[in-house]
Amino acid sequence: MSVTTMELPEVEYILPGTRTCAGCGLPIAYRHMLKALGPKMIMTHPACCLTILHGIYPKTPVAINAVNNTFAGTAASASGLVAGLKATGRTDYTVVAMAGDGGTFDMGIQALSGAAERETDFIYVCYDNEAYMNTGVQRSSATPSGAVTTTTPVIPKEQAKKDFIQIMEAHDPAYLATMCSSYPADIYNKFLKAKAIKGTRFIHMAVPCPTGWSFPTKDTVKIGRLAVESAVVVLYEVENGAFRLTGKSLSMARSGKKQPVNEYLEMQGRFKRISAEQLAEFQRQIDVKWERFRKRAGF
Amino acid sequence: MGQTLILTGTQAAALAAKLCRVQVIAAYPITPQSKIPEVLSEYVEKGELQAEFVRVESEHSAMGVCISASLVGARVFTATAANGLAYMHEQLHWAAGARVPVVMPVTNRGLGAPWTILNDMQDTIAQRDTGWMQFYCMNNQEVLDQVILAYKVAEQLMVPTMVCFDGFRLSHTMMPVSIPAQSDVDKYLPPYEPLHSIDSGNPVNINPVVMTDPLRGPDGELCPSYMGFRFRLQETMESALPVIAEAGRSFAERFGRSYEDNLHRYRTEDAEFIFLTMGSLASEASDTVDILRERGVKAGVVGIRVFRPFPAASLVEATCRAKSVAVVEKAISYGYEGALATELKAALFSRNGHRPVIYNYITGLGGKDVKPTDLLEVAQEIINGAAGNIPQEKPRWLGYGV
Repeated sequence: MSVTTMELPEVEYILPGTRTCAGCGLPIAYRHMLKALGPKMIMTHPACCLTILHGIYPKTPVAINAVNNTFAGTAASASGLVAGLKATGRTDYTVVAMAGDGGTFDMGIQALSGAAERETDFIYVCYDNEAYMNTGVQRSSATPSGAVTTTTPVIPKEQAKKDFIQIMEAHDPAYLATMCSSYPADIYNKFLKAKAIKGTRFIHMAVPCPTGWSFPTKDTVKIGRLAVESAVVVLYEVENGAFRLTGKSLSMARSGKKQPVNEYLEMQGRFKRISAEQLAEFQRQIDVKWERFRKRAGF
Repeated sequence: MGQTLILTGTQAAALAAKLCRVQVIAAYPITPQSKIPEVLSEYVEKGELQAEFVRVESEHSAMGVCISASLVGARVFTATAANGLAYMHEQLHWAAGARVPVVMPVTNRGLGAPWTILNDMQDTIAQRDTGWMQFYCMNNQEVLDQVILAYKVAEQLMVPTMVCFDGFRLSHTMMPVSIPAQSDVDKYLPPYEPLHSIDSGNPVNINPVVMTDPLRGPDGELCPSYMGFRFRLQETMESALPVIAEAGRSFAERFGRSYEDNLHRYRTEDAEFIFLTMGSLASEASDTVDILRERGVKAGVVGIRVFRPFPAASLVEATCRAKSVAVVEKAISYGYEGALATELKAALFSRNGHRPVIYNYITGLGGKDVKPTDLLEVAQEIINGAAGNIPQEKPRWLGYGV
């Protein structure tokens, strides 16, 4: 049963005064995610933009229990929370681990793979802003080809983005979903579903970053929507092995229409040096993947 | 009723964890520690120990699991050695900073490269400055006892603690170990009561970003800066020795084996020459001392039982009558000398002005046998040196061959 934006609970777990950059997509997504998960949860995260959102000691604008951990250790920390809570008889808490693309696609992959293989009962959220944004926009394995970063400053990144979601699907988690911060109701509904499922649940959350992607702060939601409308980000979920397109991606598959990537790329300063060949290859890869998703969804 | 069993060091460590009723175990196997998680797996699967066993994919994750499980109030346990310990290095700092009372036996082993699976102490000495307490064991009885003692102390001070014992020499060698009754251990070590716990009605952000200078909290109180937190850890370490001694005293009352002294002392009362060492080497040195005594040399042994916090005052008191001290170590701070030698010199320099002749010997690396004849040679060399007041220029490597 889906909830619309108007029906979202009024309770807030993020108070005014977060330390994220202006226009950051993360607070939108995080706010709705926490509304779905409720107070009986414990969050663990490494050093990342979420740490910044959570504030500086001795104050925090976030009204949930949180445990900071090492960069490579998010899923291990979550495994410890699960084991510790179980050993001390408190199984009514949802354990959530959340890390950026650096702490997931790159350094965190080993611990996450280990926890998923052990079928650890937790929700892992990778919020993906496609570079190491917290340290100043350095290239990550989630950075798409053609993007300028501070470690690909002259020649834009030459390699494609790592298909991490497929790597996680190969672990056969109990639930896997993708989402984008521009679609809050979709975020809320998917977390509501994830909360009710036992076992390892993996969420990929696309989060536009005005600082790192170089676009006006007023355009955060628009850019995220363009990402979905051009199928750079595809919204779906996999439950018990069953694949399902959701929200905008589902209606796009039905209508057979999607936008070319040009507008999405042109709005962002990070793609200002993308070559014509890279642009064509970018579009080609999106088209191939989108067709694969459509076929998989039965269209 | 207690009983005596013939156990290896790893079996003793695992049995001690069981006696301490650990609630969460996370471990990755590494030689020569592997038997510890194996034995504990058996206890857990047979239902003899009620614990969550997380069979992690790496040592970095093992310590990550331990830290978070401890933060939500569980008594936790892991064990490792050598490169596994090195792989944990980041998490060791994190555990100490988070002030979680994790207890971790380490079966001391040489570090690659090149590969060795055999014993020396380079692994734990290299972790000296991570903010963990470090206890060193001389035999398998001490392995069992010091794990129990470590929980007693760690949970009072909220400082993680390593119980170090020599790989193979203790980990794989069987010897009689007196096993205390579970009821006695329960009385000595009641269930872990964490200082704080997770409560959805009163959420907290644990180990967040802190600033360089103290900041005021929502209630106006001044809260520590990064350096403030770090100072508190040092302050606790500085006050830890009496707590460790008291835990050793109450251990003696209940179990009859005394760990009140931070040092192992053998025939030191009138000793003019002392072997200063750590771990199982202290018992080998004791045999050499008996030979030396037969030859009329007033020799003794001081073994370091507690290395961090460093028992400087006890060490000065134990060595202040000696004419010479041979510091025999299975680790080195490359480019200088053995850490223990440095620390003995510093302790003597800053405390009493007594200056025995101190020679440093690096030996036993990568499983190299340390024979009584080697130690007799050491004794002769340093006694001659002391007679001529000849300082040692650099540490001598004993028995490295070519």
